[in-house]
Amino acid sequence: MTTLAYTLSDSRVMLRRNLKHQLRYPSMTVMLIGMPIVFLLLFVYVFGGQLGAGLGPHEGRSAYLDYLVPGLLLVIVASAIQGTSIMVATDMTGGIIDRFRTMAIARASVLTGHVLGSLIQTFAAIAILVGVAFGLGFRADAGPLHWLAALGMLALFAVALIWLAVALGLAAKSVETASNTPMILILLPFLSSCFVPTATMPSGLRQFADYQPFTPVADTVRGLLSGGATASHAVAAAAWSVGIAVVSYFWAVRLYNRRRAAEPK
Amino acid sequence: MSTMPTVTTAPADRGTTAGGIVARDVCKSFGDQLVLDKVSLTADEGRILALLGPNGAGKTTMVRILSTLICADAGSMRVAGHDVDADPDGVRAVIGVTGQFSAVDNLLTGAENLQLMADLRHLGREAGRRRVAELLEQFDLTDAADKPLSVYSGGMRRRLDLAMTLVGAPRVIFLDEPTTGLDPRSRLTMWQIVRDLAAAGVTILLTTQYLDEADQLADRIVVLDHGRIVAEGTPAELKDRMPGGHVQLHFADPGQLRAAADLLENAAADEDQLVLHVPADGTVDSLRELLDELHHAGVDAERLSIHTADLDDVFLAVTGTPALPGSPARQGAPQP
Repeated sequence: MTTLAYTLSDSRVMLRRNLKHQLRYPSMTVMLIGMPIVFLLLFVYVFGGQLGAGLGPHEGRSAYLDYLVPGLLLVIVASAIQGTSIMVATDMTGGIIDRFRTMAIARASVLTGHVLGSLIQTFAAIAILVGVAFGLGFRADAGPLHWLAALGMLALFAVALIWLAVALGLAAKSVETASNTPMILILLPFLSSCFVPTATMPSGLRQFADYQPFTPVADTVRGLLSGGATASHAVAAAAWSVGIAVVSYFWAVRLYNRRRAAEPK
Repeated sequence: MSTMPTVTTAPADRGTTAGGIVARDVCKSFGDQLVLDKVSLTADEGRILALLGPNGAGKTTMVRILSTLICADAGSMRVAGHDVDADPDGVRAVIGVTGQFSAVDNLLTGAENLQLMADLRHLGREAGRRRVAELLEQFDLTDAADKPLSVYSGGMRRRLDLAMTLVGAPRVIFLDEPTTGLDPRSRLTMWQIVRDLAAAGVTILLTTQYLDEADQLADRIVVLDHGRIVAEGTPAELKDRMPGGHVQLHFADPGQLRAAADLLENAAADEDQLVLHVPADGTVDSLRELLDELHHAGVDAERLSIHTADLDDVFLAVTGTPALPGSPARQGAPQP
């Protein structure tokens, strides 16, 4: 086998290991799937009547449902950070990582296994939320190509944030730190256009919301699902995603390789 | 890769050490703390080398360096012919490592843990499955194969850990304190496994705090203290340098202790513990003589215990200072 074939094979083995972990220790997956559904019900049926009154042409609860669903998809992506960070930190503080390091396996496979595993977990949660949303009356005017583009946007953003999560998990000295640090990131969707349009926010907060990554990504996905996205949003969203992905990837790989140089244990 | 400066080994090292371990003048510091100070060691192919020493002697650091986990500051090392610095992946392909702390995946079953290793060693579907079944059988884990590790005992986890190390049939194996925390029976099982591996031609470097373990298993012993080699040789050579064991007499009151101490030459009294240490070779005759002597002098000892030579005695003999307080050697190794 070639080096590439070994890398693919090792990554697949690590992915399978991580998927098994998710099944055997399901509380994180249950949280990832359950929390956005609770948010969906809460925001649509408790706050939705009032929030929907301020929205576009078809005002009301059902209009807010259409507005909210793309935003909640990003809440899922943000929540996945915590689980990934915890899983990586648990791996790094356990004994098995040293065993992997003494084996002739593709170095990146330990990390890519985590990234792919979390990506699959995230998309399972996304699929379930979309299903529930349709059940509640969610309407999307998007054709197949628009759906594909929206999912591609979500995948790109998810890959970026998951690599960030891997880096945070590697940087954490303990599993507890790995669990706490991403909490700040989980707040970001609330300070963006995920739940309400940023135009309704006071200035200061509005500027912050407009210029943080969750807003252009939410606007792009929302635009695509309603049948057409604004190009400037899409460009900003893609630029943020690629930027975060590249920086996080190199940070993670550097943290992972650094261990061999010097560590008293 | 460009041509790396290769380490030239003396002609005498060729042949027997080709598949083994050769380390020369290995140094390692963590911050300003010197952990290994010019440590050199050789394990011939198919032989067992024991690295003996108390906690903090540098044993684990040496294993971590030789198994490519951390880099040495200086020195040259070859494992099964591969240079550890220049070709770590070459080393990784032929070694197996069982660290001090369990390196098993707690969320997988025993069989899944072994299968994971088989997949990462690229054994192929059929060969991998066969190897997993073989190791489960060999390590007496077949019944527990599909159970989660949460129901495994300490001994079973240790056996699984070692079985995982052996999946790729490594030629050189590092065992860092393989029997620490095991009950006496599991310890004997582990010893037999190590012997069988060496008999099959595998080179083994094991670290231990127990002299009896090194004595039982090793062809050569290297005694490490504060990062320096303080003694080395075959078990027989090392034991020749040791003073032998001693008898401990426990007394009920200080008066009796003092009377006995006056009576017996070379005896060392511990006034706090009311114990008298008397050098003895452990034979029945010498014991009878000792007890007769006490009896005739009218000295009453409460209890007697026989203390065979252990790491403390080796350290006393080679360094003049006892092993670190609190190390298991002080409390005596668990006897199988």
